[in-house]
Amino acid sequence: MSATASAELERRVWEALAEVPDPEIPVVSVVDLGIVRTVEVGPDRIRVEMLPTFVGCPALEVIRRSIAGRLAGMARRVEVEPTFAEPWTSDRITPEGRRKLRESGFAPPGPRPADEPAGRPLFATIGVRPVAGSPEATVAASPEAGEASCPFCGSRDTALENPFGPTLCRAIFWCNACRQPFEQFKSV
Amino acid sequence: MSALAAPGTGPTGTGATGLDDDTRDALAELLLSMADDEFVLGYWDSEWTGIAPLLEEDVAFSSLAQDEIGHAKALYELLAGLTGEPADRIAYGREVGGYRQAALLDHARGDWAFSIARRFLYDTADAVRLDALAGSSYAPLAGLVAKMRREERYHLAHMHAWMVRLARGGEEPRRRLAAACERLWPDALTVLAPPAGERRLLDAGILTEPFATCRQRWLKELAPLFEELRLPFPFRVAGAGRAGRPGRLEPAFPEPGPEGRTEHGDDFRWLWGELTSVYRSEPGATW
Repeated sequence: MSATASAELERRVWEALAEVPDPEIPVVSVVDLGIVRTVEVGPDRIRVEMLPTFVGCPALEVIRRSIAGRLAGMARRVEVEPTFAEPWTSDRITPEGRRKLRESGFAPPGPRPADEPAGRPLFATIGVRPVAGSPEATVAASPEAGEASCPFCGSRDTALENPFGPTLCRAIFWCNACRQPFEQFKSV
Repeated sequence: MSALAAPGTGPTGTGATGLDDDTRDALAELLLSMADDEFVLGYWDSEWTGIAPLLEEDVAFSSLAQDEIGHAKALYELLAGLTGEPADRIAYGREVGGYRQAALLDHARGDWAFSIARRFLYDTADAVRLDALAGSSYAPLAGLVAKMRREERYHLAHMHAWMVRLARGGEEPRRRLAAACERLWPDALTVLAPPAGERRLLDAGILTEPFATCRQRWLKELAPLFEELRLPFPFRVAGAGRAGRPGRLEPAFPEPGPEGRTEHGDDFRWLWGELTSVYRSEPGATW
């Protein structure tokens, strides 16, 4: 397989992957989400490594099969392998992916939390500052709060309702300006 | 038809480890303990789906449970790579006595305060344990742990918020939370009881800190919070530490024995019947 043919096949593989939707948020593709780690092409084989967004993501197998199905026929063998060799983080979502998320009513994630050294103080990661007389303020002050601007009106006057949403990768916010709930793709 | 990886192999992969038999056995035992901890807690927490005291917590606990079952699955798959036994069979194909979760995870979910206290004690102990594995020389485990720590961050923040909320939430929540802590402390110690073969894990760099050290760090970080919230913290300082630092924290109750991960009570026997019922109805079937 010539270098040109190989580069051409690799380009076609990436194009094909850009058409594989995320099953939970189909407006974005697996490439938009940065799930595809590597693509290797050979004379009779394509190998794709994918990074799970969450360890327990129930869509993982669906995504794996969708990718394999889309690439079928492009080489004799197609291998799609999930890996934890590096952690998927929300910084891997492309600018294009962020735009698509926002257009479909999801706030894109804020900057991902820094890597924590092994000796980190346990509670530095918790960082809750309870306010006397206001139990709710304890949740609002957690590090996951804020950092989301409303995908509908653009306001930054928003509050975290629940760090856990309808799927593992989504949190629920409330916009104080246009008074609507919205979801954010979590920063991890 | 395109070739796919064999069913049952997951993102954690398989393959030769280059470990000697004793070290591999010690690693297998550690992975089994960690997987069973997450697996059993995931099942208990999933029971709140539909009946949590707030709708938001219904969603939150379902999500927490899903995370833990996912972590368990990934750890069972790592173990499957070491032993060759399929991950599903490890998870569902054992008798009650074959499970290795810590005694803390043996209790039924109890009331809301009990579930919060148990989860907080577990999540904080687990965070220290994950820290001791983040730099593991066993690359597949280090990779998985890096990912798990990013998720557990949300668990820690959420449970801490609930501890504060219940402790300051008036007479009844406070009483229930304090009672739960009182009851759970002895069993909480079993999460960081040194694993069999710890010496080998340390020598191989698979584990980077002895669990006894992890336990001290865990207790010292929890002490100020329990003091601030005026919750039971039945430990006393034993001796003086080096360079004017505080000494070791020792439990003011009889230390739990090594049976903390091997003997399971009626609560778990009931849960085992539930969680293995589908698997046992047709062993070997693919669902």
